[in-house]
Amino acid sequence: MFTPDMLESIKKVEATRDARMGMEPRRMTAEEKDELLKAYHPDYRAEGFKEIKIGPNKGQKAPVELTDLLHSNSRLLGSHIDLNKIDYDVDVLVIGGGGAGSSAAIEAHEAGANVMMVTKLRIGDANTMMAEGGIQAADKANDSPVQHYLDAFGGGHFAARPELLRRLVMEAPDAIQWLNQLGVMFDKDTDGNMVTTHGGGTSRKRMHACKDYSGAEIMRTLRDEVINRGIPVVEFTSAVELLKDEKGQVAGAVLLNMETDDYFIARAKTVIIATGGAGRLHYQNFPTSNHYGATADGLILGYRAGAPLLYQDTIQYHPTGVAYPSQLFGALVTEKVRSLGAMLVNCEGEAFMHPLETRDVSAASIIRECTTRGKGVTTPLGSGVWLDTPMIEMIGGEGTIERRIPAMLRMYLNYGIDMRKQPILVFPTLHYQNGGLEIGGEGFTKAIPNLLVAGEAVGGIHGRNRLMGNSLLDIIVFGRNAGKAAAAKAREVTLGTANLNHIEEYAAMLNDAGVAQAGVSPLLLPNYARHER
Amino acid sequence: MENMVNVYFFGKKYSVPGDLTIMTAMEYAGYTLKRGCGCRHGFCGACATIYRIKGQNELKTCLACQTQVQEGMYVASIPFFPTDKRTYDINEIKADQRVMMELYPELYACIGCNACTKACTQGLNVMQYIAYAQRGELEKCAEESFDCVGCGCCSVRCPAGISHPMVGLLARRLTGKYIAPKSEHLENRVNEINSGAYDELIEAVMQKPITEMQELYNHRDIEK
Repeated sequence: MFTPDMLESIKKVEATRDARMGMEPRRMTAEEKDELLKAYHPDYRAEGFKEIKIGPNKGQKAPVELTDLLHSNSRLLGSHIDLNKIDYDVDVLVIGGGGAGSSAAIEAHEAGANVMMVTKLRIGDANTMMAEGGIQAADKANDSPVQHYLDAFGGGHFAARPELLRRLVMEAPDAIQWLNQLGVMFDKDTDGNMVTTHGGGTSRKRMHACKDYSGAEIMRTLRDEVINRGIPVVEFTSAVELLKDEKGQVAGAVLLNMETDDYFIARAKTVIIATGGAGRLHYQNFPTSNHYGATADGLILGYRAGAPLLYQDTIQYHPTGVAYPSQLFGALVTEKVRSLGAMLVNCEGEAFMHPLETRDVSAASIIRECTTRGKGVTTPLGSGVWLDTPMIEMIGGEGTIERRIPAMLRMYLNYGIDMRKQPILVFPTLHYQNGGLEIGGEGFTKAIPNLLVAGEAVGGIHGRNRLMGNSLLDIIVFGRNAGKAAAAKAREVTLGTANLNHIEEYAAMLNDAGVAQAGVSPLLLPNYARHER
Repeated sequence: MENMVNVYFFGKKYSVPGDLTIMTAMEYAGYTLKRGCGCRHGFCGACATIYRIKGQNELKTCLACQTQVQEGMYVASIPFFPTDKRTYDINEIKADQRVMMELYPELYACIGCNACTKACTQGLNVMQYIAYAQRGELEKCAEESFDCVGCGCCSVRCPAGISHPMVGLLARRLTGKYIAPKSEHLENRVNEINSGAYDELIEAVMQKPITEMQELYNHRDIEK
């Protein structure tokens, strides 16, 4: 239920709605966007970043919270675990139980490898499950992979690695077909045409969806396939350190049973890091749309083992996180709400921007509206702007919201807000790490020959901003590729003797630089428990 | 002090702010969650929870992340439920009535008590989709079960031992793969790409200098 002040502002939104219905707000020029980002995007707030003092990215910046974890020691430093007592011995070890990890495991299994997955929560407890809006692929007659490339390259500020982006767009239609053949129920018309919409920054309608449960539908199908194939999934078990051998290869990982605190050793000929994002590090105190385990663990593991990061200083804030009610603070309001016609409107009822600018631009614009322009709506936890959802039903007809975005409708109805009749309040939420571990086109890290990375833990696919629908796509494309490549590579790898020398060397570097933090990393889970003493 | 309410986690009383969800209230009370916490936004079904309001008879089910605390709430989370998923090869099975009979025969032991529907945290008509599954109406079962997050509250309450989320999942996979019409434009595009139709074009765009790409991007036409 809205407060009286909010209800007053809603009247202003309603008063301008009819006039707004027929118009399309102007898109910003390239210069306007640049100025806006520099002034208002959180990536440009110097106090949110800190210099990395050791390792391959020494001298570069990363968010303060990530740098602190990179400046922390391993929890295994000084421990005496017997690395020769092998509990699991496999060809391919997949760390992470989301969409990228599951896709990788399925393809590695398909290629005949002995593969296992390890995940600190359950398989499917991942950002993939929470992706709502859709997945891009240029499969319509008026579209092409080249057009997709252009949209993504420009939207990412021309910083994407071309070899990675090429794979993303060229393998997109095949990814959709693979998912469809696994049984994912995409929205189609009666002739089989995919129902596709725009996302922010797309020039063609290429957003495929499964209502607004797109990621959930993909994730539960992949999970089912992993289980059907009998691929071992060790749940509630974290990888807390990579093992290396005397040849500089990775040799597996040290695992931690989250419930019993017991350690296990997994030996593997190839390792795929598919640990996802970092939203639960709450950079710059933002709320997050991410799942509980999004704590950048894979970045820490990879970096400590010697793999460089790329674009670790660029973060995506989704423009429309829930600003109110507070119980849903930071939860994702899918971009599809805007794809379907809802406008962003300030407290005076003015459409202050085009609703489908790219995410970084939209987030910065909302922050400007709520700060220097003073046109935000005050909420108990801050402020927000209106997302004028009743427009969706006016454009698409009654029932459009229930049919196309049922999850959003349900989420708000739980708190007495009917988005079909009233607009909703949104503010940017920490959504995605654009950067991550650097890989080549085949999915391998450049520093360690048998270590691969897939999914959100990768940096460089999208550049410095990611378009809606390109993340569900990248976890499938790069997850599948990593699984195939890891299975092939495993046939030629001969492992030496496993060691943890690199954590001792890392500790020495931290010591020399004088930056060692008191805590240990990876974090594994955020510290949300409140203790009075 | 803000509006505080008394809640009971596993029978133990805690005073917590009344605007919290069950999940954040547990953390406020000092719990570090491992089980029973996944996406925290209502999509993963990890936080299936059962509760009863003191003095009331009715037993309720919910997702802890999507439910606000109330005075006198007795809460027990269901950290795991042994759902019975049958395994199959999606390429070998067929989208017919027999598939349900073979993989989930207990469907036919449904006594029509409707406890599953009452327990659904998503407000789905669970018993209806089970009925569709019994009759082999897979597409209807898939549609009706589509918003399922797999929390398992239905299965907890079922006297027939049905694993409803798994039935819905099977129906959806069969529908997505076999029943829904094929996407011709998708197959065409995959074939075009595989035949190399875009290889030169994509190479060309990859080689362009940034200034030219900026020009192309800033002036590209946008589909209405």
